Amino acid sequence: MRREFLSGNRAIAEAAILSGLKFYAGYPITPASDLMEYLAEKLPSYGGIVVQFEDEIASINAAIGASWAGVKAMTATSGPGFSLMAEGVSLAVATETPVVVVDIMRAGPSTGIPTKATQSDVYQARWLAHGDYTIPVFAPWSVQDCYDMTIKSFNVAEKFRTPVVLLSDANIAHMWETLYVREPGEVEIIERKKPSVPPEEYRPYQPGLDLVPPMAVFGEGYKVIVESLVHDELGYYRQDSVTYREMIARLNEKIRRGVGYIYEQEEYWVEDSDAVVVAYGSTARMVYPVVKALRQKGARVGFLRLKTLWPLDEERLWRALSRAGKVIVVENNTGRVYLDVARIAGSARTFFSPVITVDPPKFNEVMEAVARWL
Amino acid sequence: MALAKLTLHPLDKYLRTDRLPHIWCPGCGIGIALGAMLRAIDRRINEGKLDRNKVVFVTGIGCSARVSFYVDFDSAHTLHGRAIPFATGVKLANPSLEVIVVGGDGDIAGIGGNHLLHAAKRNMDLFVVMITNFVYAMTGGQLAPTTPLKVYTTTTPHGNPEPPLNVVKLVASLNANYVARASITTPHYIEMFTYKALGMRGFRFLEVISTCPEVYGRHIGLRNPVTMFEELKKRVKYKPNPVIDESDIDWEKGIVIGEYVVRNNPSYLDLVKRG
Repeated sequence: MRREFLSGNRAIAEAAILSGLKFYAGYPITPASDLMEYLAEKLPSYGGIVVQFEDEIASINAAIGASWAGVKAMTATSGPGFSLMAEGVSLAVATETPVVVVDIMRAGPSTGIPTKATQSDVYQARWLAHGDYTIPVFAPWSVQDCYDMTIKSFNVAEKFRTPVVLLSDANIAHMWETLYVREPGEVEIIERKKPSVPPEEYRPYQPGLDLVPPMAVFGEGYKVIVESLVHDELGYYRQDSVTYREMIARLNEKIRRGVGYIYEQEEYWVEDSDAVVVAYGSTARMVYPVVKALRQKGARVGFLRLKTLWPLDEERLWRALSRAGKVIVVENNTGRVYLDVARIAGSARTFFSPVITVDPPKFNEVMEAVARWL
Repeated sequence: MALAKLTLHPLDKYLRTDRLPHIWCPGCGIGIALGAMLRAIDRRINEGKLDRNKVVFVTGIGCSARVSFYVDFDSAHTLHGRAIPFATGVKLANPSLEVIVVGGDGDIAGIGGNHLLHAAKRNMDLFVVMITNFVYAMTGGQLAPTTPLKVYTTTTPHGNPEPPLNVVKLVASLNANYVARASITTPHYIEMFTYKALGMRGFRFLEVISTCPEVYGRHIGLRNPVTMFEELKKRVKYKPNPVIDESDIDWEKGIVIGEYVVRNNPSYLDLVKRG
């Protein structure tokens, strides 16, 4: 472990290399381009390759192909490019392909404000594509968190054979902070489960007890079938309700069952508080000092930071929030994560208090948003 | 039983025979194209030039893309138009694989057109086989990028107002190492060109002109599979060294097949020094 001084995007790149990234595909887009530029410089010396594709559609599909050839793959983008990746993400869901998609949020809709951060795309991260699915979404709030959550993203992608969205934003991407980076061997790096049976007995979509099928890749003699259509355990296309129900149930359930591993939240002064503020990502950075200042004035207020946006550990979140009389959700959008928190918070009264800004939220703005409901 | 013996075929070893019968209509040319390709692959394997465990078929969506259902190699049936970028990721992640893309003209040159031209520009180490049937057949007969001018389709009920795309000319204008055209009426050329392409590096493109009596045949009044086959056969002309200016597909003047481009430019892998 050693101290470094990095930007959020560079921390993601460094952590991806440590996690074993070997294939990066991307297309330039603000505020994600410098992540690719940094990797283009460094990844070849680790035996990996960085390719600038003709668009984000090609990028996500190439990353999925690389994953099926047996390497860890990643792409990074921002809202407009992420929109183009929708169908590719659904392919990764259906084919259970480990792949990490970094989305550096900017202001939308459409071209929006490329250089400025908001939290307007959290539902895009959750439900970008068509189809009935659940994928993990992580929301770092610091450069250290970018580093740690990137390692976690790769681990979750490999462990559950799923696309994972790492949801940063323009503020965190270009913010420089000191952080601790790890040396190889200092942190757990998970590799996908391989089949233990010979090729003739292998059924590519037959799950283990964790509902995740062992993954043979191209070139190993397993005659792998990657199938985008609804398929049975052999990977054969089926058009019946039984197969569809089984496949959809398992794709969602393997993530839900893994919630104990995937989900993380951080609590500050939640235990003894009458009111708890819930926030995540770059907005949470200003919620923390605001709550601290309020406590110094004697307010019994706590702060809960979501590190994982989905899947939420609803019971754990409920236990933390239901003790408080009030729950205040502060986001830089018109109320996305609020909808889940309001549903989960139980008997607590819930308030949505947006801080909508394209600049890093100011102390007074957040103070006003929180104090209004105390 | 005699019937059981009939099911054995020299190419069965390359097919997932438990998935047969296939979905292709009577008179469809895709099976002829696939058979010829498999014979070429078989020759390369028998020569020891190709390891069957290293062959990967990548397809998009459409009738031709269903090839990945039936071949007993590693295979991927991906998204409409995205077989080439998927295959690019496969090849770059593991350059020891021989990656073959098969698709229809709509899949490869329509929705996937941008990927096609960029892969050719990169001279990406892929073999792409485009089976041209002049129509979107799986979805019921809509306009394709190769549909000739004035032809009726279900989405051009007053006749196609767009001149067709000459995909051979497009790919030849880029940095591809190999551009050829064959026809399902000349399967020996499909086999010969596939065999040759499998011994080369860089981007290799083969267009196979095919018959679709069921859908396209209905649009142009050649509903009978035998008639359509014979009408195509009449128009196909092999030339040993065709020039690109004679590559336009013209039902009146004929369709020139042959090897349009054979180059030895450095491939993408050569230039990034992998594999």
